[in-house]
Amino acid sequence: MVDHRLKPLLPLGGDAQQIDTFDGLTITESAELALASLACRQLRAAQFASASQALFGMAMPGPGKVASAAFYGVIWTGPEQWIVEAPVATHGDIANILKAGLGDAASVSEQTDGWVRFIAHGPRLADVFERLCALDIRRMQTGEATRTLIEHLGCLVICRESQRQLHILGPRSAARSLHHALVSAARSALSEPAPTR
Amino acid sequence: MSQINRLAGGLIDRSQSLSFSFDGKTYQGHAGDTLASALLANGVRLMGRSFKYHRPRGPLTAGSEEPNALVELRSGARQEPNTRATVAELYQGLEAMSQNRWPSLAFDALAINDLLSPFLAAGFYYKTFMWPAAFWEKLYEPIIRRAAGLGRLSGRADPDLYDKGFLHCDLLIIGAGPAGLAAALTAGRAGAQVILADEDFAVGGRLNAENYMLADAPAVDWVARVVAELATHPNVRLMKRTTVLGVMDHGIHAALERVSDHLVVPPAGKPRHILWRIYAKRSLLCAGATERPIAFENNDRPGIMLAGAMRAYANRWAATSSMEAAIFTNNDDGLCTATDLAAKGVRVAAVIDTRTDGPRRADVNHLQGAQVIGSAGRLGLTSITVRLADGRTQVIACGALGVSGGWNPNLHLTSHHRGRPAWNEALAAFVPGGTLPAGMTAAGSANGVFSTAGALSSGAQGAVAALGDIGIAAKPADLPAAENAPVRLSPFWYVKHGNGRAWLDFQNDVTVKDIKLAHQENFRSIEHLKRYTTLGMATDQGKTSNLGGLAVMAELSGKSIPEIGSTMFRPPYTPVSIAAFAGRSTGKDFRPYRLTPSHKWAIEQGAVFVEAGLWLRTQWIPRAGETHWRQSVDREVLATRKSVGICDVTTLGKIDVQGVDAAEFLNRVYANPFAKLPVGRVRYGLMLREDGMVMDDGTTARLATDHFVTTTTTANAVAVFRHMEFCRQCLWPDLDVQLISTTEAWAQFSVAGPNARKLLQKIVDPAHDISNDAFPYMACGEITVCGGVRARLFRISFSGELAYEIAVPARYGDGMIRAMVAAGAEYDAVVYGTEALGVMRIEKGHAAGNELNGTTTALNLGMGAMVSAAKDSIGSVLSRREGMNRPDGLALVGLRPVPRDQPMAAGSHFINRGAPADAANDQGYMTSVAFSPSLGHAVGLGLLKNGANRRGEIIRAVNPLKQAEIDVEVVSPHFIDPEGARVRG
Repeated sequence: MVDHRLKPLLPLGGDAQQIDTFDGLTITESAELALASLACRQLRAAQFASASQALFGMAMPGPGKVASAAFYGVIWTGPEQWIVEAPVATHGDIANILKAGLGDAASVSEQTDGWVRFIAHGPRLADVFERLCALDIRRMQTGEATRTLIEHLGCLVICRESQRQLHILGPRSAARSLHHALVSAARSALSEPAPTR
Repeated sequence: MSQINRLAGGLIDRSQSLSFSFDGKTYQGHAGDTLASALLANGVRLMGRSFKYHRPRGPLTAGSEEPNALVELRSGARQEPNTRATVAELYQGLEAMSQNRWPSLAFDALAINDLLSPFLAAGFYYKTFMWPAAFWEKLYEPIIRRAAGLGRLSGRADPDLYDKGFLHCDLLIIGAGPAGLAAALTAGRAGAQVILADEDFAVGGRLNAENYMLADAPAVDWVARVVAELATHPNVRLMKRTTVLGVMDHGIHAALERVSDHLVVPPAGKPRHILWRIYAKRSLLCAGATERPIAFENNDRPGIMLAGAMRAYANRWAATSSMEAAIFTNNDDGLCTATDLAAKGVRVAAVIDTRTDGPRRADVNHLQGAQVIGSAGRLGLTSITVRLADGRTQVIACGALGVSGGWNPNLHLTSHHRGRPAWNEALAAFVPGGTLPAGMTAAGSANGVFSTAGALSSGAQGAVAALGDIGIAAKPADLPAAENAPVRLSPFWYVKHGNGRAWLDFQNDVTVKDIKLAHQENFRSIEHLKRYTTLGMATDQGKTSNLGGLAVMAELSGKSIPEIGSTMFRPPYTPVSIAAFAGRSTGKDFRPYRLTPSHKWAIEQGAVFVEAGLWLRTQWIPRAGETHWRQSVDREVLATRKSVGICDVTTLGKIDVQGVDAAEFLNRVYANPFAKLPVGRVRYGLMLREDGMVMDDGTTARLATDHFVTTTTTANAVAVFRHMEFCRQCLWPDLDVQLISTTEAWAQFSVAGPNARKLLQKIVDPAHDISNDAFPYMACGEITVCGGVRARLFRISFSGELAYEIAVPARYGDGMIRAMVAAGAEYDAVVYGTEALGVMRIEKGHAAGNELNGTTTALNLGMGAMVSAAKDSIGSVLSRREGMNRPDGLALVGLRPVPRDQPMAAGSHFINRGAPADAANDQGYMTSVAFSPSLGHAVGLGLLKNGANRRGEIIRAVNPLKQAEIDVEVVSPHFIDPEGARVRG
C-alpha cells in the first residue's frame, strides 16, 4: 500500500532500532506496535462493554492495569480512557480498525506516531529505574501500567514482566532526551555497556 | 614521614598507607582515616582560619557538625571549598588546601581583623555601612565581599555527574549507630522493606568511637555481626555515606549519597553524588547527639576540641592532637575521655570538672569545682589557665583540651515540619517535641536516651512500634548487654571570667560578648539574635553553638532557656552541592528538547535552529554565500511570495476533539461560533480567558460531525489542552467530549505561495481533487499522499499566500519534506524557518505571541466582532466590560517608518508629535517589527490608542532604552494583499 517514496524514520531518527546493552539491562527502541487512544462515550457504557469485549476478546482493564489478548494490549490511562496497542504489521491503520469495531460507543484517535517506545529488559531493571522515576519498580507487578515523569517527560510505564521488563512510552519528539536519560541512568547504575551494535 | 600523634589500635587499616597533601606538604595516613584524623596523627592541629577574625583554628569535632576545619578539597575543576576535614574520607592522592587566609595558614595578613575586633562586633556592618547610601553597592559591598567568604570556587564547570533517584520503603532508619542498628535488625527480621542510612563511611555510629563492650566482646564486633546479618536480608538496604537531609511532605525524605567523594575521580559514567528521594511509610530518627562546648576566654585555639571528639580520634582513628591533654567537663561523659586517653597512652594532665559534687576520680588529677579561664599558644594550644575551687589559678601545660558541656540530641529533622523541640531539664537539652513529621519517631540519643543499653532497646522498640503502625508484626531483636550509665550533668555554659572573647559559634566568630551586645541593643528574640550576630549560620548551621547562645541570652534576660525559645531547623541537615540538586539537568540536557520531524533534513541543510519552548525549530537555512541572517530570511520570504515555500509547523498544538457534543464544547470554549461549521471546513478561532482577555488562537477543522482537530499556538499547546481538559472535566462534565493531544503524532508542513497547489498536486494522490473549486479556502480533508500514505490537508494560510497545511504520520515527516523539496524543485521552492514565517505574518497583519500577550482583548486586536453575542462562551461576558470597550482603547495598527529607510524597534512606545515622551502621554506600543523584503522597508504592528481612526497620522516611536526615536506612519496592519485575494486564489 505505502509507496516507499516516503521512507519512515524511527523516533530516534534512524532507519534501524537503537539497542543499548549493559550488564544486566538492554534498552531497545521499538516501533513494532501501533497505538490508538480509546475513550468510552457518555451513556454508552453497556454498548462499549459489549463491543470492546467482542473486538478485543477481553474486558477493559481498570486503573493501573494492562490487559492483553490476541493482537491487542489495552492500557488504562484515565477514567473511561485507554491506550490500545497492536502490531503495526497487522494493525497499521489501528484507529480505523478500532472505530469500525466500536462504532459510536467510542472515540478513537490514532497515536502511533505520538510516542517513542523503549523496551528495558534485564535482571537489573530496578537498579536503573530507581534513578529515573518515582515508581516503586520493585513492587510493580506484571500487567501494571502507570504514568510517571522521567526527566521531566510525561511517560507511560508498562510492566511486562515484574522486575525484568518494562515498556516506556514517551513523547516521540523528545525521544532523544528520553533515550539519553535511560542510557545515562543505565551507565550510572550498571557496568559499562558492551560496544553498541 | 612519621605520624607523631598516631596512637595504638583504632579502626584504621594500617596495612594501607595513603599519601595525601595539605597546603602542598605531603603526609601519610591510613585507610579509614578522615583528613582531620590523618592530619592530627601527623601533628597538624592548625587546619583553618575563622570567618571574621581569621583566628587560627583546628578541628572542634570529629563529625559533620564541624565549624572550623574547612578546607578546599581537590584541585582544578573539581576543587571544592568548605569541605569539612572531619568527614573527608582519606584516599590516596587527596589534595587539600586551607582557605580564608593570605598568604599562608600560619601567617595570615587578615588576622589584623583580630586586633580590630573591638570595631567588628555584632551589628558592625549594620552600623558602619549605613551611609551614604550610594556607597553600599559601589564601595562597601565589593570590599566586604572580597574580604569575606570561605574558600574559593574553581570557576570552572564541574566535570562530574550527579544522579537523582527514588527509593521506597516501609521503614527508613536515619542513622546506623546502636539505636539504628537495633532497629534495622528488628525490622529486617520482620521482613519489612528497610532503608538504613548513615552519613558516615563506617557503620556503627558512636560505637566506633568508644571502647565499649557489648556482652563480652568489643562493640565493633557486634556491629560487624549485625552488618553481616543485614546483608543477608534482601529487604534491607544499608546506605553508607548517605545523609538524610530533610523531611518533605507525605513521607518523602531527601538523602544525599556521596558515591565517589572517597575516590580521586569517579569512574567514567558514574555519579559523584546521588540525591535520593526516599518514600518511607514510617521513619525512625536514630541520628545520635552532638556534644556542645563550654565557652571560656580564648577557647578556640587549635588543640581545643570537644571531649567526645577527642575520644573518637583516639579510639576510632588512633590519633590525638597532642600526647599531653586535659579535660574540661561539667558531666560524667567528659571523664570517660580521660579514661580512654589514658588507656591509649596519652598523658592526662588534669580533669577540670565544674562540678563540686560529682564522682571523684582518684586515678587522674581531678580538679573538682574548677574552671578553665584561659589558654595560650599562638597557632595551637600550649597551656591552659585554671581557676581552682579555692580561687587560686594554675597554669597547666597541655597541647590538647577536651571540652564537654553535655550533649544535644540531633533532633533537626523532627522540626522540619515545625515541630517545636521540648526542653529536658535532666539533660539540659532540647529533645524532640511537638508534632513530628507524619510517620516519624525518634530513638536512641536523638530522643534523649543516652546510654548504649537504652539506645539499643529504644531502637528495637521504635522499629516494632513503627512497623506495628503499618500492620507489620515485629518483635524486638535480641540485644547484647551494654553500659547503662545515667546522665550526670550540671548545666554550665560559659566561664564568667576576664574581658577577653569566649567563642560560642566558632564558624561565625560569635562570642559571649556579641550575645551580650545583642541583648543590650534589644535584639533579644532568638530570631533577631541569630540575624544580628550571625549565630548559627553558615555551613554548620550552629550545631555546636545554638544552645550556648540561647543559654547566654536566657541568663542575661533572667529567663529559663525554654522561655527564650528554641531553635528550629530547616533542610538540608548538612550542606549539599548545587550540582547534586541539578542532577543530570545540566548543559544541553538542562531540560528535554523536542525535535521536529524535519530535523534530520534540516541538519543536513545546515539550518540554524531556535528554541521555541522545548522545541528546536528551524530559524532559517543559510545558503552558500549568505553571510547575514537577513539575506537568508529575505530570500525565503521572497521565494515563498513569488513561488512556493515549505515550513515545518508540527510544533503547533493539535488537539483531537471528539464526541457527540464536540461542537457544543468548542462553541463554549471559543468566542466565535463553531456549532455550524460544516464537515470538511476549517475555521479560525479565538479563545478567551475567563476575564475576557485573549488566551490563544488557532484553526479548528471539522473532520466529521463528532470529530474536530483544534490547533493551538506552539507556546500554548499544553496550556490550551489543560484548559480544555479543565472545561471538560470540571465545567461541563455533562457534555460528551473526549480530548487527546496529537501534536507530535503528525508531521505538519505549511506549503505557501502561488505555486503551492501545483507542488502539492505532485504529492497528493490523484484520487483527491485539490483544485480551488473542489478544495477551496478553509477546506480540510483526509487524503493520501505519495501513493497511499494517510494524510490530512487543510487549506489555511498564515502567510497570506495561497497556502495549505499538510500532515502525515510523524514517521513520514522526514520523507515528506524530502519529497516536497524534490517536487518543488521545478518551482524553486524554498524551505523557510520561523524568521521568514514571522516576517510574513507581520506583513499580513496576523497577530501572534507578541500581540496575544495576555493583556489584549479581541477588540484590541481588531477582532471584536468575533466575540459572538448570540451565544455564551468563556470570557464573552467579561469581555463586555466598559473599560475594555472604550472607543479610544488600544487597537492593532500597522506602522511604517518615516522616512522609509529607517529601522524600527519592537517595544518602542508611541507618543504624539510635540508631546513629552513620558508615561502620561503614552499612546501605545510597537509589538512586532520586521524588515519586509516584499516592500523594501521595515514594517511593524502595534497597539495604538484609538488606532482604528488614526490611519495616515504620523506619530513618534520612542525607544528610551536606546535613546532612539523615529517618526512612524499609522497604516493598516495588512501590508500585503489587504483584500485577501491570494489566499482564495
